[in-house]
Amino acid sequence: MSRYLRDRYAIVGVGETPYRRGAGMSTRALATLAIRNAIADAGLSPADVDGVMSYFWVQGDSTFTPAVAGDLGIRPNFYIDVQGGGSSTEALVGIAMGAIEAGMCKVVVIYRAMNGYSQVRPGGTGARAVAPIADDMLHTRAYGMQTAAHQFAFTFMRHMHDFDTRPEQVSMVKVVHSEHASNNPKALYRNRVSVDEVLSSRMICTPLHLLDCCVESDNGTAIVVTSAERARHLRHTPVLVKAVVGRCNKPRLDMHYQHGPITTTAGAYAKELLWPNAGVSPEEVDLTGSYDAFTFTSLLLFEDYGFCGKGEGGRYVSDGTTRLGGRRPSNTSGGLLCEGYTHGMSLVIENVRQLRHDADDSCPLSSDGRRRHTYDHREGGCRQVKRAEVAANLGWAYPGTGSAMVLARG
Amino acid sequence: MPLELNPLEGHHAEYFQYCARGEFRLQKCNACGRLRYPPGSACPWCAQADFQWTPVEGRGTVHSYFEVHHAIQPAFKPFVPYLVLLVDLEAQKGVPTANEALRVVGNLVAADGRLAPAELVSRVGIGSRVQMRFTAIAPGLGLPQWQIDESAPQPRPWRYQE
Repeated sequence: MSRYLRDRYAIVGVGETPYRRGAGMSTRALATLAIRNAIADAGLSPADVDGVMSYFWVQGDSTFTPAVAGDLGIRPNFYIDVQGGGSSTEALVGIAMGAIEAGMCKVVVIYRAMNGYSQVRPGGTGARAVAPIADDMLHTRAYGMQTAAHQFAFTFMRHMHDFDTRPEQVSMVKVVHSEHASNNPKALYRNRVSVDEVLSSRMICTPLHLLDCCVESDNGTAIVVTSAERARHLRHTPVLVKAVVGRCNKPRLDMHYQHGPITTTAGAYAKELLWPNAGVSPEEVDLTGSYDAFTFTSLLLFEDYGFCGKGEGGRYVSDGTTRLGGRRPSNTSGGLLCEGYTHGMSLVIENVRQLRHDADDSCPLSSDGRRRHTYDHREGGCRQVKRAEVAANLGWAYPGTGSAMVLARG
Repeated sequence: MPLELNPLEGHHAEYFQYCARGEFRLQKCNACGRLRYPPGSACPWCAQADFQWTPVEGRGTVHSYFEVHHAIQPAFKPFVPYLVLLVDLEAQKGVPTANEALRVVGNLVAADGRLAPAELVSRVGIGSRVQMRFTAIAPGLGLPQWQIDESAPQPRPWRYQE
């Protein structure tokens, strides 16, 4: 995104379904529920929405726009359903901005609906585990390298070798996010865990234990994007998009490990676009959403986007910086490790609520329907970051492919 | 091991057919002379398409690895924990830039070609020297695998520790 679009677009509505294991709903129904919630949150009606975008990871794991728009009475002037994972939310926000800027539509809803527990599991079990191996997959799957955990593990292991990153440090990502989840009534897993509990959970593939891996859940999520101008007349304080980077890559997309260092991830390239376009630096960011499909991905993102030096991610995630009450809280909903797995949209939704100063914790509601936040972050307490003004969402598809967005309170 | 394969096409088929004959060959670009891996339809450095399948020595150093303790694919469940290696080939290391190399994935196997048992797994980590051998995977298709290069001096490998 070039600088002249900075602050010209906003996220004006967010919505989701409950996070469940066994929702008993089709992805079509999850989508329409999440979208209806997001549109209502914006103070709009379906007739106001004329752009629809969605993403799916595996063919059949979502429902495409025609059915979903039809169910809601939305007539799109523009729609697109794309294949993508954890780098898609930010990428689609950028494309939505471009479509609106080009006059193709005015108000866009972006959704991601998935039965990640009941149908296609991101962990790769079920039918995908026994799918026939074709062509370039012979270079990986034939060796038992198939799941996301496998695809990222070379990077994680080399990082521990190069920088002496310790398992106790990595496990702190889960520990901190579990503390945050304990203040999120809608999180799937709200129990606080310790370093010992993470390290003694069973090993999946080095260096990832069970508790280093995100949850699998059934859910739908949606956000509404429109111009900052239009946003001023809607229900909430606008959350402005300062910059977006979508599906940015290292060299050699065919197999990114051919181009090292393999401990460097896409963020190292994406940051060259993100911060200049946003006009802010990492130091000015108050809170983050750092893609936590695994503990380790979160850590790497902080390094490559410049929140700390290369190799310092272990310290960054374990010295209190990312905790509620710390210098730059992260994944305040509990994230993908604890709240639910959404391929990243939930991390954007959480930061939108944070920037509105309206995190949905259990703080008391005042007469105007808004929460009176106590900023007491003890278990079961407040989840709101004080004076949240600028947030960064760091998305991840692979070590070699990522995305990011800077949001600011309008 | 029982893996279900779709029919292979073009340069993928050729790569694994050479492996079936016990030959490790990579595409060498006719225009710029560089070897490429994994097999592809054009040269990642100069974009030209014409190449020759060129023999390359199957020797290298473990650049990274992971050890799978919870297998997803049924064919691998009996062999847990199994090692997946990312090996820097000696050939074309640090070319064209210092951070680039031909990095080939494979399992650690024992002398009999089967996935390495625990006592072999524990000897290998980052820095280990390995050499290539081939396993039959289907009629006319071979799979490159890695075994410890007993002829090379071995550093103490880096292994994951808790």
